[in-house]
Formats: sequence, C-alpha cells, structure tokens
Amino acid sequence: MSSQSQIDKKTIQKIASLAQLALTAKEEDLYTTQLGQILNYVSQLSEVNTENIEPMVTATEMLVTFREDEVKKMLTPDEVLSNAPERSGHLFKVPPVL
Amino acid sequence: MDFDKLSVKTIAEKIQNKELKAQEVVAESLNRAKKSQKDLNSFITICEAEALKKAEQIDKQVSGGKGVGPLCGVPVAVKDILLTKGIKTTAASKILGNFIPPYSSTVVEKLERAGAVIIGKTNLDEFAMGASNENSAFGVVKNPWDLTRVPGGSSGGSAAAVAAKITPASIGTDTGGSIREPANFCGIVGIKPTYGRVSRFGVVAFASSLDQVGPMADTVESAALMLEVISGKDEKDSTSANVAVEEFSKIKAKDVKGLRVGLPKEYFVDGIEADVKKSVEEAIKILKDAGAQVKEISLPMTKHGIAVYYLIAPCEASANLSRYDGIRFGYRSSDATSLEELYKRSRGEGFGAEPKRRIMLGTFALSSGYYDAYYKKACQVRRLIKEDFDKAFTQVDVIVTPVTTGPAFKIGDKSSDPLAMYLNDIFTLPPSLAGIPGISLNCGYTKQGLPIGVQLLSNHFEEAKLIQAGCVIEANQKEVKKVPYGL
Amino acid sequence: MDYETIVGLEVHAQLLTNTKLFCACSTEFGVGDNENTCPICTAMPGALPVLNKRVVDFAILTGLALNCKIRSHNVFARKNYFYPDLPKGYQISQFEDPICVGGKLSFLNEGKEETIGITRIHMEEDAGKSTHHGTFSLINLNRSSVPLLEIVSEPDFRSPKQAAEYMRYLRSVLLYLGVCDGNMEEGNLRCDANVSVRKKGETKFGTRVEIKNINSFRFVEKAIEYEAGRQIDLIESGQKVSQETRLYDPDKNRTISMRSKEEAHDYRYFPDPDLLPISVDNQWVEKIKNMLPELPLEKLKRFMKEYNLPQYDSEILTDKKEMALYFEEVAKNSKNPKAASNWIMGDLLRILNEQKKDITQAPITARQLADLILNIDSAKISGKIAKTLFDELATGKHAGLSIDEIISKNNLAQVTDTKAIEVVIDKIMTANSGQVEQYRAGKEKVFGFFVGQVMKEMKGQGNPQIVNDLLKKKLKGGE
Repeated sequence: MSSQSQIDKKTIQKIASLAQLALTAKEEDLYTTQLGQILNYVSQLSEVNTENIEPMVTATEMLVTFREDEVKKMLTPDEVLSNAPERSGHLFKVPPVL
Repeated sequence: MDFDKLSVKTIAEKIQNKELKAQEVVAESLNRAKKSQKDLNSFITICEAEALKKAEQIDKQVSGGKGVGPLCGVPVAVKDILLTKGIKTTAASKILGNFIPPYSSTVVEKLERAGAVIIGKTNLDEFAMGASNENSAFGVVKNPWDLTRVPGGSSGGSAAAVAAKITPASIGTDTGGSIREPANFCGIVGIKPTYGRVSRFGVVAFASSLDQVGPMADTVESAALMLEVISGKDEKDSTSANVAVEEFSKIKAKDVKGLRVGLPKEYFVDGIEADVKKSVEEAIKILKDAGAQVKEISLPMTKHGIAVYYLIAPCEASANLSRYDGIRFGYRSSDATSLEELYKRSRGEGFGAEPKRRIMLGTFALSSGYYDAYYKKACQVRRLIKEDFDKAFTQVDVIVTPVTTGPAFKIGDKSSDPLAMYLNDIFTLPPSLAGIPGISLNCGYTKQGLPIGVQLLSNHFEEAKLIQAGCVIEANQKEVKKVPYGL
Repeated sequence: MDYETIVGLEVHAQLLTNTKLFCACSTEFGVGDNENTCPICTAMPGALPVLNKRVVDFAILTGLALNCKIRSHNVFARKNYFYPDLPKGYQISQFEDPICVGGKLSFLNEGKEETIGITRIHMEEDAGKSTHHGTFSLINLNRSSVPLLEIVSEPDFRSPKQAAEYMRYLRSVLLYLGVCDGNMEEGNLRCDANVSVRKKGETKFGTRVEIKNINSFRFVEKAIEYEAGRQIDLIESGQKVSQETRLYDPDKNRTISMRSKEEAHDYRYFPDPDLLPISVDNQWVEKIKNMLPELPLEKLKRFMKEYNLPQYDSEILTDKKEMALYFEEVAKNSKNPKAASNWIMGDLLRILNEQKKDITQAPITARQLADLILNIDSAKISGKIAKTLFDELATGKHAGLSIDEIISKNNLAQVTDTKAIEVVIDKIMTANSGQVEQYRAGKEKVFGFFVGQVMKEMKGQGNPQIVNDLLKKKLKGGE
C-alpha cells in the first residue's frame, strides 16, 4: 500500500473524471499533494494483520428491516420537481444526453 | 425574558403551566439569534416567521388546556443538515444553496410533535466534513468563549448557539466527533447516540455507516430529554434500531457505587496538553469520589482510528454525494452545454474544497485495483477496533477519555493542512467506528479560560450509563465559568 | 473451418410487486410523468432506502424454481456511475453476495430436453427513463427503483436457437411463478448476451463481446447469429475480436460498438451502508418452497404421462399456466383428455387468435367445453352440432348459460327416437320415389342422397348411426 507513487497528476485527472468533478489546474496540483499525504498516512494499515477478519461495513450488527409491499404516496410530482433547475411539464430537463 | 438559567424541561413546564408564554421565549431566542449573527455566524437561516407562528399555535393549545409535549414551546436550533419542509436546507454547501425540501427529517418531525420551536438552521462544515466549522460556504462560525477561535465542527453553529445562550438546546450530527468536539470546544454537553438509536431519515448523508443525530445542550439533563424525544425505531431508516428508549431525562446525579470506569492508556498520551489532562483527571476523581472503581484498560487499535475513518468515510461520501448533479435540485452551472459539462461544472463549482477532497479520496480508494487495499482493509481494521471496545466493555461500564488533545484552536491554524485537521479527531473517531455512544461535557478550563471537556463512552445502547456518570460529573464540578460572550 | 458459438445470457426481469424496491411508490405503468416518485426514488438529500420484503420473496421463489442455492447472507452494493436517469449516481444492486447461486434450468429445444447452468440471480433497482429531443433530454423517474431480478446463465449455450428457446422457457417459468409479466415490448423482460466463438475442438473460450438491449426472442437469435458471424469473419480475415460492449440494432440487424474494454466503467462497487445485511433463514426458504407451483416442464411431462398426450400438444398446453389450468379443468370434467386437447389446440386457439384474446378471456368457459365434450360422448349431440354450438358460444352471446340450457333452448339435442326418425324417412322417401326406385334397382350410390336429405330435414340432429340403420332397412324392405 505504498502510495506516494500511486498519486500523480494523471491519476488525479482520472479520478476527477470518474467523480465527474471539474478541477482547476491549481486544484489538481493541490489534491495531488494532499491525497498523496493522506494515502501515505493511511498506509499504516498495512501493518495490521487482518487475515480472516470479516470486514465491518456498518456500525451495527443488526439485520435489515423490511417494508411490506403497500403503496403510500408521499409527494406530488410538483413537489418532486419543486427544486428542479430546469423542467418541462412534470419532467426534469437536461442538456442532450446523446 | 431571561431563560438562561432554565433547563429545557423547566422551560417546557413553565410554558405548559402558563407561567411563560412560548411566544415570549421564542421571540427572545430569535432576538438573540439575530443579534449574535454578525459576531458568531452560527445560523445559516433564522426562521423567524415560522417560529413565531408555531409559538403562537403552542400558546393557543396551552390556553385551550391541551398538553403539548415534553418540549412545549422550547426554542431549539437545528443543524442545517436536517431537512425541514419548506425551510431552506443547505448542508452549508453552495450546491444546496437554495434547496427547499418538500419533506422533513424524522428528527425534526419528532421535535415538532414534542412541541419544540425551531428558530433557525445552524451553520456547519460543508456536508458535516470538518472539525472547525471553517469549511462552510456560509462563513466561519466563531467560538463564544473567544471570537478568534473555532467553535469546533462540524456542528459548530449548534454548539455556539447553545454556548451563547441563544437556545437552551440544539441538534447536531456526529460522524467522527462532530457533536462531541464542538461541545467540548464550547463548554456544553453533546451526546452522540449509539449508531441506530436515532433515525437518519431526512438527514443529508455524509458517511451512512457513521452518521448519527444527537442533542447538544446546556446541561446533561436537557441533552438527555432531547435524546429521549428524538430516539427510537423509524421504519423509514433500515439502520435504526428497534431498542426501547429509556426515560433518560429522569436520571439524576447520585452515587455511582460499583460503576466500573476504564481509562484506556492509548488515550492518555504525551501529546495531550497539561490543562486538558488536569481537567479530565478532575472528572475522573469526581467519579471515584462518587464510588466508581477506576482501572486502566487498553484499546490497542486506537492509533489506526484516523486511517480507518479517513478511508471509510470518504468512500461512503463519494457515493452519497453523487446525487448532487445539477439535475433534480441544487446548484446547476449556468454555462454547460453538454451533459458531461453540466455534471463536471455543477459539481466542480458547487462543492467546496473539503467535499471535493473527500470525494476524490473515496473515489480513488474504491477504484478498480485499490478496493481491497483501502476500503476492504479499512473495514477489517474497523472490526478490530470494535472488538477492542467489546473486550473493554466486559471489564468496565464506562470509558473516560479526553475529547481532544487541546482546547479550541485559532481560526486558520489548521485549515491549510487537512491531515493536521484530521488528526484532531483521534479520540472521537474510534467510538464512531465501533458505533458506540459517547457524551462530551465540560470538566474544566484552560488557564486562559477556554472550556475543556471529557468524553465518556459506553457499550451499544447504554446511553443511560453515560447520562448517569455525566450527571455526577456535572453536579460535582468545582467551578463553572460563565461564557464571556454576552447578548 | 468449423466454429462453435458460445453464449451466456443475462436476463433482467421486472418484478410484479405493488411498490418499488426501496420506496412505497407504486410500480403502475402508464401514469403521468413523475407521478410515481418520492424523495427516495428521486434521490433527494436525506432519503434512505427501505427494502420491499416481497422482492426477496420473489427472488427466493425464482431461485428455487431455477434450482439455485439460496444464500443466507445477503448484501446490497452500490454500483457507481453517472447517468441522468440514475438519480443517486449509483444503482443499488447485489455484487459479491447475490441471493441465489449455482442453479440450473432444463427446457426443450426442438423437442429435446437440454439443461444449462444458472450462475446467479440477484436483486437490483431499475433506472428511470430519458427521452432525447435533440437539444435537450427529459427525465422521467417513474421507473426509477422498480425492482428487477438479474438472472445470469453460465456460458452454456452453443447456438442462437438454444439461447432463444431458453429465454422463451425462462419467460414461461417467470409467468408461472407470477413474479414477472414477461412483457418484452415494454422492456419488463430483456436480456444482454455474452457472445464468443472458438474453433471446434478448442477448449479455451474466445474473446467475449457483450450485446446489450435485446428485447424480443427473435432478436435474441438474430443478434447472436449476427455477432457470431461478425466474430468468425474477423478471425477468418486474420483479425482479433476485441473485448467490448455492443448494441444490437434490430432495424439494420447488426451490432454496433458501444464502448471498448478500455472505456469500460469502473463501477466502484461497495456494500451499501444504508441497508444492513439480509438474513434469509431456512424457515423463510421453506415457506416459499411451499408456494412453488408445478413448473412448465414438469407439467408437460405429467401431461404426456397422465393424459397420454403427444409432446407437442403438451408443450403448447403447458406454455402458460392459465392454459394448462384450463386444459386440466376440461380434461377432468369431460373425462376425455384427448378430446379436451383437440378442442383446445384446434378450435379454441383459433378463436382466441381471431379474437386476439388470451386464455383467461376465453369466450367459452372450461366448464362449457367439458360439457360440450360430455354431450358428444354421450351421443346427445353430434360432432357437427357440437362445432356449430362451439362457434355459437365463441360469439360470447351465451355467457352464463350451461351447455344443457343452450342445447335445449335451441333444440340442438341429437334425435335418437326411432319413431321420430322413421317419420322423417317416410316423408323423404315419399317425396323422392324416383330415387327410391333407383336404389332398389341396385344404384346404391343414392343412399348418400337420402342420408343428406334426412339430416337436412332433421337440422343435423338425427343420430347418424340410427338414421343409417333405419334408412337401409326401409329402402331395402320395400313397402
């Protein structure tokens, strides 16, 4: 998990693209350094022997609770669309997808 | 109208008994909130009209002879990360800058049903990511004990509002210390409940496996009453627990003979400032004097808490923050002509530096080829951290630790170094990762007069033990200083 | 050089629940834009998923029907990618811990029973719908978070036809289970195909290409056929097949490249912390097991054995649960399965086809058809009358009436009374004395003429055997 080398500007650009974030050149530089530092810090975990340790995903050991299959209406379409930056009737409007 | 010295319970009783009017109390609270804004900046939105209207309704109900609820007419401040129907909810982010939710969070509904009056939405670190409240798109919050210092974060506004006596209680959220640390910096009480104790429905998600809503208040009793009101299973949150809610507010200071108190040696290390050490030791002595048995314990995985947390929380956040895409709500960049540009610009311009940093970190740690080494590894060590606590709680009932290594730091001191800021959370992160409850309450002051808190921890769903021990410390505290900031 | 085509299918089936996978919104189709949406399925801040129990029931039921192992520990994962009709920016699906694994399904391909492996079945949510309008696109989230099962087969298919037959049979099973309506036009059942080719005798798999967006049985076959051909052409011309995702274009019957392996998504799956693990215990599985109906292939085999029907007939009769039910009701009540099968396979299917109805809307009830057969078998009515009666019933004018009522109301019962028949014969012989003479002179061909005349007079209701016997006697007897 030696990480300093994993983070270069190209990686940062790839990650930003995966995360759909437009970064300025300055931000790219900053995150290259900072993520490198953080990853370097967290690399301490490689010291810990975790063989056969089941990952703990949530802070509770409980099991999920279910919902019965009954329809309940919570909002009207107008309420759902009330914060839409752009809409057309009861549809969300976006720049062309294709 | 002066409610400074009244507990939440007393205010509610006095309003219910018609000794006070909800409208007077709420108006005073609103006045203080407005007056404090330019110094403290603890609110993003003050809901004056809504609050006054609600107070009027409550007074009407009371004069009509109706019992309103345990928070009858009590003004409360709610962290601006809990959704309030019809009232702007921003998470302190430009990306949600004008979001008006069409529904309320379960906690807000419970507060309102109990008769509380929400006077405003408090400032926070953007998306609750931070420990100083400096990461807000709506400006820094200042600590009422020293306006040049941070109030702590991320629930900085909620802490400052209570410390400055704007409201007797407030609601915060705690993911890795965001209630306990600002309570500690502002000299008040904050409870991070057991994960699953309080519904997360309608709370803007930061890290789903860690986020928990909790109360902040002037006194342990007030915090306990708030906790009692907001706790309980919610069918809208699968992770909320079906565990009975005790009458926390009825717990009183008494002797704690037989209470086994553990002091984890990993939490009492060299880096702790002398004043902090002294104050925490005083709190321990109070417990001892009240009959507790104190012993040293070990939580060997403590040192890995930060690394584990700063992998798991960003991973979860990177997905939780994907919904802010400029399509259905929130900020949309005005000059995007293609969909990809719309995403990238809206998110690039809408998120502040800290959310972006964590999205980047989380996206990287989950990406192909790194998942096992980062996310999965962190989850494995998380289990070891929890097992440390499991083992400890077979030997002790309550664990006592400092909250932070020092008191509130100066605004700007750590803001340029994210890692230094993250290290601030060293004592609050492991309990969050284990999902156990914690309380932070004042136990002393630095030589300069800044408040210092102590953190008490217990096993899952044993908040009552924390409240019990907290009441004892509070009742026997040698000196209680008055906050210098006056309204 | 001979090539072998290797195919694996990933079938997506929309589940027939009342509500969505993670919220209480209705799954009803064809409602107003964004009518069936809420904070959860539009991914508003603060919204949390709560699992619909019936989806798990349906997943277990389907898994049992496909002979899978039902896993007790189940986890939902987030599959991260950005698309406007995916409001959360991730799809909640199952990744490492699917609910069903290691199954198999047997089906008939050109009359022969074949078995293919089922790798896994998992639960996931559907996305919304984007429509494209040149300078902008519009998003409707009614479909967002509607529950789906993804049924992944092993790469066991060796021909396009085999894959299509599996798909047909799987649809039939899902309909039997009542978990999916099987409507492919609306996209409620759709599939992706993983296709590769290799030279015969080769043991290693070739490079795999995923074809998306196949929404009819015909296209399953055509898309695979085209794709296999394309891959063979590449290899034959010395080129390499590249691993990629392609889209099937039914209008031009070809596949087109969607994205290469390099452009493949990095989905960053991780367990969804909003949903705790689901534990499916034995008790739950047993409860669902009791709900498992007889499946089409078992039923087919039983029909062949129990009713002595040909395989082809059994296949058609068991394709739909309702059809099989109808048949069995007719067979049992008429005590004549062969006749029941003949009537259904012939006249009933013809009428349903003409009237564009399915078996549940049949104008003739199973009870009526059974009675019709009983009446034929007891010689109360003739086969010819029965046909008339059937067509009459098919008009739907006699809904609610029993066959006996219709027969007596319309005087359709077969006449077996010899006296009554003799009266008619006498009448016809008198009126056609010339032909009587011819017959008696040895021209036996005119016998047919007399039968026809008598039956005509009797409106077809005379019992043919009795008419024949009496007519012969009278014509020969000479009076």
